[in-house]
Amino acid sequence: MTELFNKIFTKEVLAKIDPVVAKYETRRAPMLEVLHLLQEHYGHISLEMEEAVAEYLKVSPMDVREVVTFYTLYYTQPKAKVRFNVCRTLTCNLLGAENIVKCFEKHLGIKSGARTQDGKFEVKEVECLGACELAPMLQLNDDEYFGHLNEAKVAELIQKNK
Amino acid sequence: MEKLISKYFVEGKTFSLAEYEQDGGYQAIRKALEMKREDIIETVKKSNLRGLGGAGFPTGMKWSFIPQNTGKPVYLVINGDEGEPGTFKDKYILRHAPHLFLEGVMIASVANNVHKAYVYIRGEYVKPIQILKKAIEEATAKGYLGDKIFGKDYKLEIVVHRGAGAYICGEETGLLESLEGKKGQPRLKPPFPAVVGLFGCPTVINNVETVSYLSFILNRGPEWFAGLGSEKNGGMRLISLSGHVRNPGVYELPLGFSLRKLIYEVGGGIPDDKKLKAVVPGGLSAAILSPEEIDVGLDFDQLRNLKTMAGSGGVIVFDETTDLVKALTVTMRFYAHESCGQCSPCREGTGWIYRILKRILEGKGRLEDLNNMADICAYMGGTTICALADGAAMPLRSYPQKFRKEFEDYIQNKEKQLQTV
Ligand SMILES: Cc1cc2nc3c(=O)[nH]c(=O)nc-3n(C[C@H](O)[C@H](O)[C@H](O)COP(=O)(O)O)c2cc1C
Ligand code: FES
Repeated sequence: MTELFNKIFTKEVLAKIDPVVAKYETRRAPMLEVLHLLQEHYGHISLEMEEAVAEYLKVSPMDVREVVTFYTLYYTQPKAKVRFNVCRTLTCNLLGAENIVKCFEKHLGIKSGARTQDGKFEVKEVECLGACELAPMLQLNDDEYFGHLNEAKVAELIQKNK
Repeated sequence: MEKLISKYFVEGKTFSLAEYEQDGGYQAIRKALEMKREDIIETVKKSNLRGLGGAGFPTGMKWSFIPQNTGKPVYLVINGDEGEPGTFKDKYILRHAPHLFLEGVMIASVANNVHKAYVYIRGEYVKPIQILKKAIEEATAKGYLGDKIFGKDYKLEIVVHRGAGAYICGEETGLLESLEGKKGQPRLKPPFPAVVGLFGCPTVINNVETVSYLSFILNRGPEWFAGLGSEKNGGMRLISLSGHVRNPGVYELPLGFSLRKLIYEVGGGIPDDKKLKAVVPGGLSAAILSPEEIDVGLDFDQLRNLKTMAGSGGVIVFDETTDLVKALTVTMRFYAHESCGQCSPCREGTGWIYRILKRILEGKGRLEDLNNMADICAYMGGTTICALADGAAMPLRSYPQKFRKEFEDYIQNKEKQLQTV
């Protein structure tokens, strides 16, 4: 075990990850779960963590890199505290998703894809979140869904999360 | 109309194990454990249950392809990636009826001699994943999962695996790659997953909704189930209805239900009584239908006859004000974003089409663009490892085919207000 490994995979982290990994047939298979769990713990996946994961799963760092960059739910940089993922796919677009993005622009002063200067808020457009019945909708902090959005609701969401 | 799965869709409620049992739950699996494997498969064949993830493949027939004599374990993999835009039904099942789903997983496992099942759910479904994990704990504590399920000499373990945001992982072999800890790039077939699937072993892949109908079929008989639907399309399915309708939501309807009735009766019609312009009948990857084509039954065969598909059951309604050039641009942007990058016709084609459409939208279109798009489209169908490109080609072909004038007007700058995305 390298020093880097021990730094990332602390006892506390291993206590969460080992039981999950044990459920899988091969060492590599739980890669996505391991990355999810590390991200939940540390906030994002750094290059250092990728190396440690490679050591833990007995694969090359490139194998981990490929996975981290292929999927959209992994963050390679520290996250903003409040993240609005606004759906931009067809049903949401039909029902005004572009206007929702403009509301964020107006109330936060940032365009889609950007972060407020204090690093607190981020607005990003994402593809269909499987909640088209709520269109236009967004996901807050990669967790809860909010739907039937309009300007008042956007303002309220910003206010509540200030 | 009778409700099967959707009777559990009570706002704000998740049916616990005890509540599900009170309602007659976990009887069908007890029955299945007494049956011969082959008889379960025969029953499912007779029910005409079709795969409800998108392809509509007959479930019983799929199971009968699994070789049981390879000396390798057989895996069951449940597809809960629910990535097809316009589709949101599996989320309701997981949220409200996790035990109905689990009983389905158990029945499919017993039928295929599976002792380990993986459930792959898109990572964005945070709450549904928590609910399912809790339900698995409940079932394990009760002895319904584990070394001797229901006191029988049958071992079954279910592992929940979270996706991480990639549409392509809904494609069954992309999903398998992802489950093996890799990028979700689909595999060349053959060999099919039934023979060489997860970890190189025979693998059954079914959608969340598909297996959720199994307990009904075992409890009430395959003839009853088959009789609910249309020819060769058994039972009911959950339609996800969205777009310009008064009552968007999930509706459980018999296979073959009229698309017109879905929009105007079940869905309450179009807001402000606007006229219908077009409708997507089976998820974003289905060809659109014009208003003259909506007197069709929603099943796999009738929609195929109209050169579109029933797909995932995601119906998106467009009212008369919809800008179809923009709708197609948004659609193609999705495929350009989600192409896994493995095959050139898809990787290059989807991006190219998106750039052309964006240009048209911005008022810089040329008339030859339409022919160019048709040409690129022709190279995208049937030339790639998986069906993502075919899925992109379906809308791409149908919009300009059915509404060519609208595209021409745009190009000739007759549209006054030009747009961008
Ligand atoms: C690009 C693409 C995306 C797909 N996405 C999904 C999906 O999100 N969920 C799903 O169940 N099936 C999806 N499918 C279909 C699966 O490949 C597969 O047919 C299905 O999971 C089999 O289960 P079933 O027979 O019960 O429908 C997708 C297919 C393609 C080509
Ligand atoms: S299109 Fe926005 S959630 Fe499906």
